[in-house]
Order: sequence, then C-alpha cells, then structure tokens
Amino acid sequence: MSAHADTHATHGGHDHDHDHDEGAAHVSFKGYMIGFVLAVILTAIPFWLVMSGGFKTSSTTALVVLGFAAVQIVVHMVYFLHMNTKSEGGWNMLALIFTAVLVLITLSGSIWVMYHLNHNMMPALMQDVRNLP
Amino acid sequence: MGAEAREPLQFHLETEHHPQNGTLLGFWLYLMSDCLIFACMFAVYGVLGRSYAGGPTGAEIFELPLVAVNTSLLLLSSITYGFAMLEMQRNRQRGTLIWLAITGLLGAGFIGIELYEFTHLIADGAGPQRSAFLSSFFTLVGTHGLHVSCGIIWLITLMVQVSKKGLIAENKRRLWCLSMFWHFLDVVWVGVFSFVYLMGVLP
Repeated sequence: MSAHADTHATHGGHDHDHDHDEGAAHVSFKGYMIGFVLAVILTAIPFWLVMSGGFKTSSTTALVVLGFAAVQIVVHMVYFLHMNTKSEGGWNMLALIFTAVLVLITLSGSIWVMYHLNHNMMPALMQDVRNLP
Repeated sequence: MGAEAREPLQFHLETEHHPQNGTLLGFWLYLMSDCLIFACMFAVYGVLGRSYAGGPTGAEIFELPLVAVNTSLLLLSSITYGFAMLEMQRNRQRGTLIWLAITGLLGAGFIGIELYEFTHLIADGAGPQRSAFLSSFFTLVGTHGLHVSCGIIWLITLMVQVSKKGLIAENKRRLWCLSMFWHFLDVVWVGVFSFVYLMGVLP
C-alpha cells in the first residue's frame, strides 16, 4: 500500500500540481501507520505505569507521564497533522511556535503564581488576617 | 465594481510555489487560537485541580479503564480519518465515505462514554458545583467533548456534501480542514488524559 502511495507521489504531472495548489500535504499509508503505532505505545506506557502503581514518589510518575504526553503530541503533529517547516511557506510552523510559547507562559505562569498565592493563603495566615484590627 | 474586468494583481513570481488560497493556513490559525482557549482551561485545572473542598478526589472518581477505552476510541478515529484522507487522495468516493462513517461512529462512541461518565458523576453528587476541582474538570473535559460533538456534526455535513457533489476541489479542501480539526482534538485529548486523569489519580 505504501508502494502505491510512493508511485503516486513521484508520478508528478497535473494531478500532483493540483494537489499542491490546495496547499495540502501529500499523505501516505506508511506515515499514518507509523504515527498510529507510536501513539499507541506512547499511550499504553503511561496508562500501564499509573494503573500498576507508578514510581515511589508521585512527582516522578507525574513527570514521566508529562514527558510521554509531550512526545506523543510531537508524534501527532508530525504524522497526523503533517507539520513541517515547509508547509504554507513556514507560516504554519511560525504560528505553532508562537502558540507553544504562549501556552507555556500561560500554563507555567498561572501554576507558579497561584501556587504561591495558595501558599500565602494557608489557614494559619488567615488566622493572622482575622486578628488584624 | 469593475474589479472583475481588471487583471488580478500578482505579488509573487509565477515560478515560485504559492498556495492558491489561504484556507488551510487560516484554519490552522483558528486551531492555534483554539489551542490557547484549551491552554487557559488547562491552567485553571492546574491551579484548582487539588481544591477538593472536602468533596471527592480524582483518585476516588476517575475510572481509568473507562478513560483507556475512550482514549483508544479517539486514537482509532484519528487513524480511520487518515484512511479516509488516503482514499480521498486516490479519488475514491465510496472508500472515503465508508472511512468517514467509521470515524464518526468512533467519535460518537467517545461522546457516549463521556456522557455516561458525566451523568454518573453528577448522579453521585460529584457535579460541577461540588468543588473547584470538579468545576474546572467539567469545564475542560466538557469543552473538549463539545468540540468533538461539533466535529461529528461537521463530519456528517461533509459526508452529505461529498455524496452529493463528489470529491470536488472544494470538498477536498473541507475534508482537509476537518482532518486538522479532528487530529487537533486528539492532541488536546493527549493533554487531558495525561494531565487530568493520569496525574489526577496519583496520591
């Protein structure tokens, strides 16, 4: 099946040019299957890890789970969403990087700031606030 | 006015490759903005995810086997959509429609299981009003489910359009957009099952 896809990719001609006019990538059976198998593996491992009890400390398990998620997101981006630096003249990748930076700031910033806020609002401190004149 | 008569302005070299329309790029930009919405909800869950207010914790209410089934349904629907795109690339209308139908059924199964989970939680008194944790949980997972539901409606619409007009260039472009939307939702779900479910049950 992948051989068929390959011949289709190389035969060129009008049909091929037309596909490119749509700005869409050429997809292949092989690409989808690689992505699917990788995604299954990257899903199964964290599920198995957590359901079998995980590591001794929760934070280690959490970090490993997040690591697998990050790798799987990249796999989805490359094999299913056909991300590369060439598509749409690089604008797709530029928008993705910009979004990734914003997402990172939003997530880490919120959790960082609010963690400290929670810390400062501990019941012991609330007692102090109540005792204020 | 007289714009039709005039030669359209060309700002690029004829020899250079330029996409004829920016639909796919525009749709990608929409997906990125959608990504920011989800990022905000993930941030809210990250902040409130352990504020149980004396209510049930994630470890008590999350059923991981159910989540695993849900995850596999969505992942399978991603690959079946890929098969639909392969059939579309070979201009096989029947094959495209069959794979699209399978994708839709898998998506419907996903929504069905999610609704089952939600109704069970609400019936057990663990509804969105119970605690900040549950509010943010229902908002995040519910928004994702809403997106998948919209994707299914879009998918059915496209199936009708393809069966009526065939695999014309316009329909191919639409199928490409839905392809990105569908795979994007799977990407968000990777975040949901890792960040919410798997990390939520950790002690």
